[in-house]
Amino acid sequence: MANLKEIRIRIASVNSTMQITSAMKMVSAAKLKRAQDAVTRMRPYSEKLQEILSNVSSTLDASEGVYSRESDVKNVLVVAITSNRGLCGGFNNNVLKELRNSLRTQYAGANVKVLSLGKKAADVYRKTNMHYTDGFGETPYTIFDKLTFENVSKIANEIMNQFAKGKFDKVVIAYNSFKNAAMQQVKLEQYLPVVQTGGASASKVEYIYEPTKEQILEDLIPRSLKIQLFKALLDSNAAEHGARMTAMHKATDNAGALVKELKINYNKARQAAITNEILEIVAGADALNG
Amino acid sequence: MKVEIISPEATLYRGEVSFVYLPGSDGSLGVLNNHAPLISSLKKGVVRVKEVTGKEHKFEVNGGTVEVMNNKIIILAE
Repeated sequence: MANLKEIRIRIASVNSTMQITSAMKMVSAAKLKRAQDAVTRMRPYSEKLQEILSNVSSTLDASEGVYSRESDVKNVLVVAITSNRGLCGGFNNNVLKELRNSLRTQYAGANVKVLSLGKKAADVYRKTNMHYTDGFGETPYTIFDKLTFENVSKIANEIMNQFAKGKFDKVVIAYNSFKNAAMQQVKLEQYLPVVQTGGASASKVEYIYEPTKEQILEDLIPRSLKIQLFKALLDSNAAEHGARMTAMHKATDNAGALVKELKINYNKARQAAITNEILEIVAGADALNG
Repeated sequence: MKVEIISPEATLYRGEVSFVYLPGSDGSLGVLNNHAPLISSLKKGVVRVKEVTGKEHKFEVNGGTVEVMNNKIIILAE
């Protein structure tokens, strides 16, 4: 059995780890709340935008714009959204795994580039020739430091720009979407060309369109694309904090169990030591009396 | 009539107003009560709303879209 001092040190170390993990859990819980609020605040805007968009496009053929160009998929840009920090369980690995799978199957013959939003994906792809930063500068790595619509717009604009120029035939976003604090779902979403949503919900009101339907549509599509990316980032951010909270909760529980076990071992060792000592004393006394 | 000004990050304004001035992309437009249903895009400029009490608010927008329907105006600002 391990000696008393070793166990004591071990207990102290597990205890301090437990303090750290439980503090991180609290921090993540607070951040999760904030991230969820941001998602909620964005929702009215995106819903209304979608409504107007389907209203306008229901009577128009929207498949002609630069962002709807369908062609043979040769050059694919994958926007991989991961976190900047680790200690959040399988959060980042799930996205990367899903990504690798689809690269092997769906996009096997295509020339794929990966734009990493968040450090973890960048760390993986930096060493490969798939890593892509042309025109994006440093923003992809720092996006989570300041997750504002303005910053996200810049990235979205650059993606749209490069798609319009024909550098890519397809743009896909890979990210974790938030289901609840303990559950994330990896999503691979087609970003460009624009996915046509059926305009089933078009209302019957006769609107006046200013300047024209076509021009409004031209103005709306880039905006809805920006919102789509913004939404994915906010979603991933909320999911990240949820994942970290769960991971830290589990770590805290594990540490608790470990301390309990170590304490039992410690007491056993202590008692064995005492028993040994008594035996020795008795034996010594016997020897003197003998 | 009711006005809501929404940005992707927050709801900037919500209230009962008598007049709204908008920087439409084809020229400025003012909206009064009982305006016909309208969807218009906006250019960079200032949105002015006049409350029933006479108080005025100004909002800078970088473009956007507006929908007017049934005395409810929704401004999606950027």
